Parts: sequence; structure tokens; C-alpha cells
Amino acid sequence: MMRQLLFALVVLMPMSVFAAGGESVPYHFDANMGNQASLQRGAKLFMNYCSGCHSLQYMRYQRIADDLEIPVDVMESNLMMTQGKIHDTIQGTMPAEKAAEWFGKAPPDLSLAARAHGADWIYSFLRSFYIDDSRPTGVNNLVMSNTAMPAVLAPLQGYQALKHAEEGHEESGGESHGSDEPQFEIVQEGQLNPAEYRAAAGDLTNFLVYVAEPAKLVRYSLGFKVILFLLLFTGLAYMLKREFWRDVH
Amino acid sequence: MANRFMGWVDERFPATQLWNEHIAQYYAPKNFNFWYYFGSLAMLVLVNQLVTGIWLAMFYKPGAATAFGSVAYIMRDVEWGWLIRYMHSTGASFFFIVVYLHMFRALLYGSYRKPRELLWIFGCLIFLALMAEAFMGYVLPWGNMSYWGAQVIISLFSAIPVVGEQLTTWIRGDFVIGDATLNRFFALHVVALPFVLVGLVIAHIMALHHVGSNNPDGIEIKANKNADGHPADGIPFHPYYTVKDLFGVGVFLTLFAGVIFFAPEFGGFFLEPPNFTEANPSVTPEHIAPVWYFTPFYAMLRAVPDKLGGVITMFAAVLILFVLPWLDRSKVRSIRYKGLIFKIMLAALAISFLILGYIGTQPPSPALTLTARIATIVYFAFFLLMPVYSVIDRTKPVPERVTE
Repeated sequence: MMRQLLFALVVLMPMSVFAAGGESVPYHFDANMGNQASLQRGAKLFMNYCSGCHSLQYMRYQRIADDLEIPVDVMESNLMMTQGKIHDTIQGTMPAEKAAEWFGKAPPDLSLAARAHGADWIYSFLRSFYIDDSRPTGVNNLVMSNTAMPAVLAPLQGYQALKHAEEGHEESGGESHGSDEPQFEIVQEGQLNPAEYRAAAGDLTNFLVYVAEPAKLVRYSLGFKVILFLLLFTGLAYMLKREFWRDVH
Repeated sequence: MANRFMGWVDERFPATQLWNEHIAQYYAPKNFNFWYYFGSLAMLVLVNQLVTGIWLAMFYKPGAATAFGSVAYIMRDVEWGWLIRYMHSTGASFFFIVVYLHMFRALLYGSYRKPRELLWIFGCLIFLALMAEAFMGYVLPWGNMSYWGAQVIISLFSAIPVVGEQLTTWIRGDFVIGDATLNRFFALHVVALPFVLVGLVIAHIMALHHVGSNNPDGIEIKANKNADGHPADGIPFHPYYTVKDLFGVGVFLTLFAGVIFFAPEFGGFFLEPPNFTEANPSVTPEHIAPVWYFTPFYAMLRAVPDKLGGVITMFAAVLILFVLPWLDRSKVRSIRYKGLIFKIMLAALAISFLILGYIGTQPPSPALTLTARIATIVYFAFFLLMPVYSVIDRTKPVPERVTE
């Protein structure tokens, strides 16, 4: 019996996790849906820095206000940058054709970005802009090379240069992620110090993970209750089975 | 009162008779083990798919312009829509887990042997219909992996000589996968194939209850009857197996809920990351792979250098199951009394199937292709060599009565 259960478990186990693809994703980020303050800060950052170009076409202002416990009047006066009403979805302010003309590519909708690319990808992307004079925007990105996106968060992060690998691997402070971590050097400071910027990028990533699946806020806590019920049910069913099978030899 | 009511019904419809024949007085062997849970669990998942599917269809909008957005709408704006959708998407994967284990049980204990050939064939047809159902359902969310997966699979038919190209156009209803394809897949997924599946399941159960269940010893319990005329080693399905299966249902639902609530994407195996981007004919996902339950067959397809040969191999891998009852010539049914050759061959089949499943998820490489070729040969060898090794294999004597 044990051997058969083990066999079944092996069959059910995933054999490998899907690779992220060909891009380099240097940093890891654990999203935390329980950190409401982080989600609120992320919402604020998104509305102030991202929503000018990027829509969240499947997300409603009202839903964010309800889920993140942001009062409706605060939402309307501080976080709604468009003409929309509170019950509307978050549409971009730029017409797509114009945007494509200006940037070479229309800025993508970010409703599901965190599920399509993963939290690590977004967090790494936000941290990996570096100065590259060959680009029309003056910056390039390690995660998505030759991105059309300008360094929108540079007022916060500052501008950083990418040091070449052969220059050595001295610890730049903060979390270490192995030897393949890129070496950046701040050449022009922003409003935030590196630790504060990492936290801001984390908040923004956290918010986008929430936006990609709002049900995540309730999914885990509901799951514990459902499984607790099912374990009790299974225990009762087992005792019932034992009782009924007493006379079978 | 209740008796009089049932009497009234029974004069007009054989309700009590059906209940007795299929549940209360259906005698099943008393020695069912772990492997015998998966039949009733497959029924449970089928019901789950039907019920959640009905509710999804209330909000889903087929059509290339609306499908992706309507799934997002279900996930966000429909009350409990996310739960219903995860129950359906997780249910699809669990359906295949359950069905694969159910089929493996039949291989272990020879449940396909005479007189259960039709029971087995109905089961194979269910498997075939289930694959078609799952493939079409997978296209409906209209994600980019849905789109390109469908593109790859449908283009396989173009390998057929002469009519291939016209056939693929006919299947798609267009020269590319598009609105027409999505709408016809919706019709087939929610109406035609569920009808076929339910019909086949009824036939499968009728055949089972006509010939009686096999058991881990692979012997006929009907050969030994007690004074009442019931099989001595049999027990009524109800209440014995209804309460036992209820326990199995509890364990199953706990695992099922674990995935639904804590890992609905299951590391990209149940819901793939590229499918969270809308279908885009001009952007190909980096690596196109079918969902995990098709990957063993997909790996066989890629293992053959010639496209038509690959398609034939892939379909042959499924169709060869149908003739299994006539390939096995062993004197005994169950692995318990079969010899070492069968045990080795069955283990090799299971391992090669798992290896093929893994390779099907990976981008091709020379080493993997070679491994896939060997595994494909092993898979077919299990079936094609069976008429020989099942005869020469040394079997053990079979007991008169069930053991345990």
C-alpha cells in the first residue's frame, strides 16, 4: 500500500519547473499578498509612474479601492489619473497608434504581466535599467534588451551604469544572488537610496502580482478552511468505511 | 408511503431494478486495493467538469475578439468565477492523472482480458474522446500557447498525403487558426464531445456490470457462489464500496483543493505562463509544448524524423491500446501470477512513458531525441512483443479464491 502511494505521488509530482525562457532574470522576488501597505504603495507608484502609458484593462479602480482598503475619495482624488469613473477599468491615456509611433511599440497592457512573466521578471526588469548611449532613450535593460521603455523610474532610482563582468565581483550591498548577479554602479543619484529603491521596485511588483490575480488575496485563506473541512470529512469517511467493513473477511 | 410511491414508480419505470442491478445488488470482489479508487474518481471529475463547464459557458464569450477578455472577466468580475475556472482547469489535469492510473490498473491486473474486451475498448474510446475534449477546451481561453499549440497540432493533419492541406483548412474553417476555429471548437467542446463522453461512460459501466469487475488476483468471482447464489468473494457495491469510495473521494478532493487553492498553475504545468498573453499570430512563444498530459505522445511525434511517420507513430501509440486484449496470451490475468518478463516489460513501459512525458515538455536536443527514440521503441515493444513474451513467460499457479 505504501509503495503504491509513493508511486502515485511520484507520478503526480512535476518533473521540472518551466524555465523562464532565454532572458536573464538576475533577481528573485517573493510576492506577499498579506502586506497591504506594500500593495498600497505599489498602487500609488503604478498610478504615478506607470499608468500614463500602461493600462490595466481588466482591473477596475473600485476593485483596487475595495481590496486594498483605500477610501474611495482618496482613490478618486489621488490615484485616478484618467477621465474614468471609479467603476471603470484602468485604461491608458495614450492612443495606441500614437504610442507605437512615439516609442516604436505600443506600451503593453499590464493586467496579466505578472502571470505571463513572473514576479522575478518584473522585479528584475525594474532594477536593470542602465545607461546605454546607443539607445534612443539613453538606457537599455538587462532583462529585456533594447526595450523601448525609457527609464521612467530614474527620478527615484537615479541612473546606473553596467560594470563589465571582468571588473570583478565585489559585493554591492544588499541581498546576494550568486555570481551571475549584474554589477551596477550609480552614476547619478535619484531621490531614493539603493535599498529604498529595491523596496519600491518590490512594492510595484507586489502590486502587479495582485493585479494579475486579485483572487490571490482570498485564495490561500479560503484554501486552508476548505482543506481543513475536507480532512475532517475524510477522517469521518474513513471511520464510516471501517465500521461498514467490520463484517467483511 | 415511500413504498407505495416506489411501487407506483416501479410499475412505470424500473427505478428499483436499476438501483439494485447497478448499486445495491451489484457484487464486486472484496479484495479491491488502492488502484480501484480511480474509476469512481474519474466519474467524480467528469461531473466536476460538466458542472463547472456549464457555469463557465454562462460567462465565456467564444470569438477571437472576446474569448480572452471574457476569461479575465470570469477571473475577476464574476462572483466565485476564479474558483469555478480553477476547478475546471485543474479538473482537466486531474482527469488525465486519474484516467492514466485507471488504465495502468487494467494493465496490472489484466482487466482487459476476455470477457472484458468491449469494456476495455469503451475505455479506450473514452480516452480518445477525452483527448479531443481536452485539446479543444485548451484552445478556448485564446492565450498565445492555446493558439500556437492548436496551430502545431492541426498542422499535423497536413502530413496526410493528397488531402492533407484541404483537410487542415476544413478543420480550421479558415486558412489559419481564427475566429471560425475557436467557435467550432467551442461547439464541439461544450455540446458534441460531452455527449459522446457521457454516452461512452454509460456504455463502459453497462459493460462492466454485465461481465462483473476484475480484481487484483485476476480470477472470476462468479465461479464460486455461496448458498444465496451470490459470488462468495463478492460484496454488494452499496454500502461497502460506496463508503470506501467516499473515503477515496475525501483524499482526492483534499489533493484537488490543495492544487486549486495553492498552486492552480502547478508550476506552469496546468496553466502555462504564455497563456496569460492573448493569442497573437505574429508572436510565437519561445518554446511551444502541449499540456503535460499530451507530452508523451508529442515526444513520440518529434522522435520520428519524418513528419508523416511521426503522426502515424503518435496515433498508433493510442490505437494500439485497442488491440491489447488480443495481444496478451498469458495463462493468467494478474501481474501477481505473471512472470518476470511481464513485470520488466510493464515497468519499462511505465518508465518510458514518464520519460517521454518529460521530454515532450522540453525543447528538442540531440540527446533528448535519442532518448525519446529509445523510449518510443520500448513503449511499442511492450505491446508488439506481448504475443511472444506472454506465452514464454513463466506464470505462477492461480488460487481458487481471492487472496487478502
